[in-house]
Amino acid sequence: MTTSTNLVYLISLPLFSAALLLLLGRIADKWGHIFATLVSASVFVIGVLEFFAMQGRDGEARAATQKIFEWISVGTFQVDASLLLDQLSICFVLLISGVGTLIHIYSIAYMSHDRDRRRFFAYLNLFIAAMLLLVLGDSYLNLYVGWEGVGLASYLLIGFWNQKPAYATAAKKAFIANRVGDLGLSLAIMIAFTQFGTVTFAGVKEGASGASAGALTAIGAMLLLAAAGKSAQFPLQSWLGDAMAGPTPVSALIHAATMVTAGVYLITRSNFIFDASPTAQLMVVIVGAITLLFGALIGTAKDDIKKALAASTMSQIGYMILATGLGPVGYAFAIMHLLTHGFFKAGMFLGAGSVMHGMNDEVNMRRYGAIGKVMPITAATFGLGYLAILGVPPFAGFYSKDKIIETAFNAGGIEGVLLGGATLLGAAITAFYMTRVIVLTFTGTKRWDENAHPHESPFLMWAPMAVLAIGSVTSGFLLSSGSALVNWLQPVVNEHNERHSEEFLPPLVVSTMALVVVAIGVAFAILKYRTVPVIAPLDVSLFTKAARKDLYQDSFNEAVLMRPGQKLTAVLVTTDYKVIDGLVRSVGWVIQTMSSALRSIQNGYVRSYALIMVLGVLALVTAIWMVTL
Amino acid sequence: MDIANYIYLSVLLFTIGAIGVVIRRNAIVVFMCIELMLNAANLAFVTFSRVHGNLSGQVASFFTMVVAACEVVVGLAIIVTIYRSRRSASVDDASLLKR
Repeated sequence: MTTSTNLVYLISLPLFSAALLLLLGRIADKWGHIFATLVSASVFVIGVLEFFAMQGRDGEARAATQKIFEWISVGTFQVDASLLLDQLSICFVLLISGVGTLIHIYSIAYMSHDRDRRRFFAYLNLFIAAMLLLVLGDSYLNLYVGWEGVGLASYLLIGFWNQKPAYATAAKKAFIANRVGDLGLSLAIMIAFTQFGTVTFAGVKEGASGASAGALTAIGAMLLLAAAGKSAQFPLQSWLGDAMAGPTPVSALIHAATMVTAGVYLITRSNFIFDASPTAQLMVVIVGAITLLFGALIGTAKDDIKKALAASTMSQIGYMILATGLGPVGYAFAIMHLLTHGFFKAGMFLGAGSVMHGMNDEVNMRRYGAIGKVMPITAATFGLGYLAILGVPPFAGFYSKDKIIETAFNAGGIEGVLLGGATLLGAAITAFYMTRVIVLTFTGTKRWDENAHPHESPFLMWAPMAVLAIGSVTSGFLLSSGSALVNWLQPVVNEHNERHSEEFLPPLVVSTMALVVVAIGVAFAILKYRTVPVIAPLDVSLFTKAARKDLYQDSFNEAVLMRPGQKLTAVLVTTDYKVIDGLVRSVGWVIQTMSSALRSIQNGYVRSYALIMVLGVLALVTAIWMVTL
Repeated sequence: MDIANYIYLSVLLFTIGAIGVVIRRNAIVVFMCIELMLNAANLAFVTFSRVHGNLSGQVASFFTMVVAACEVVVGLAIIVTIYRSRRSASVDDASLLKR
């Protein structure tokens, strides 16, 4: 462990910038966006410097820590606000600050017509600070602070245009779904504390080896719930589609590249718990497999370009979660897919934003068509992202996604065949829906609104897209050449290179199979969408109807959770009013009645008071007399 | 003469006084009845003093007389003031405290 003094700036700079821009108000309107972008860029520079400093150190000394202050000190319970920058966190720091800075630059142009651009940038910096705290915290409690911080930033940015009630509702929906997950995280922290007496990663890791299987499974299940909430995994997936209400740069940064991958980070960070509990691992792979198919199926029927991409994000994170559930072999591939996905999905979201920018904020792909000719740079960058997500060699997805498919098949036995089959099927559906997005948007005939005059976006918008597109092309090769990332992460995830002994399918076979199913998916989409009606046809299969309705996820939540919840609340309100308030009120009523009866003797006549006094004295005397006799 | 007769007289006087306080309306009469009750008590004190053969009861009756004298001063003053303001000495008319 090395002690560093620079880590705190990674968090304090963007936090300070956010506070400054929010407190200064309209004064900062002129320069707020530039300032926020510079802060984000400087965070990226610090991250890069730390990365090189880290490469200069070896073995144990690579991880750096910094204690900021003593946070909680109660008896034996000690929590310091400390930061930990190790091989895993640095990947996230570079992704968050790098993609974050690109998206700051993009937003300068994208939000230039918005009167609240300064507030938007303040929230973006707040998000960067919270997300960096999430990945840099050295204990679950520090992570939790960042976890809540990104939830807040996500809420503020989804509801950025909260003058539209639907957008404000979408923000609330995201926040509430996340609260369910947060409950899981706080329960996991509590269980960890009762079991191990500490909540630092190092302490829990030490305690996990001697803990009971039940406790580890409970912690694992609660962490999985937390990851499901933040990463939009089954069964808490329903918020992500609505979260597209936020401005497109937000969708690219928070709801594609970084925040939604926090669940993958959490599980990878807690690898010592999941490795020790096969039950928890099984739950993780099941959730991942369900979500990757669930998201892919929704993606096939969405006409809203951002919602189609959101469904794709959900599906791709399903891949990552599945990979983390496959044990020590999978973590590095999950992180690799996370990084490559950060490039190509953010790039595609920015491309979608660029198209929307040129089409008067139209999101319906049925109103697009033939945009490739008027927006060549957008089409090219989007196309590179498309090839990357499909897993066409040598693009990024080929290296990360095929590794996950391969690892899933190699899980062994029926489980391996099922998981491998699910990932292959997911790849085919991904190819179908992404081709559909491309065909509907960039090729075919014009189906534009009369007022639409699409044009290529300004330099500030296409430059970040180009950088991300380069990343989509090269990142997979760079990360996997010589197993660079796998070796880099080895100290964190305890991978021991045992996997080659029991290979079920060789990599070449897996890649060929993946390419074949992808080709089938692409061909099917091209054939199906040769002509595109502007109005979505209604006489479609039951399956399409279900996918259009997000596979009834909202109807399910409403029928199973919301309405019974409302009924329960109504019953409780009635009980409170009738029983509890009734008791209180009847006590009052009895006393009131009795006192009004008693009040009638308070008639103000001295004579009657005197009479009562006499009677009282008589009674007293009689009583004394009776007693003494 | 039997000493119990003094006690009977005292009880009789006290009862008359008490009944007078309860049933009469004129404040002066009520006031006189109170004095009657005080004096009945005095008579009882003096009688018991005689029975027990010491002076404690007699001393107590002197205290009662002093208190009664003070009470007369205060009470008559109140009655006169009420009469001046309300043109009536009826105790039932002065029943404003119930509200």
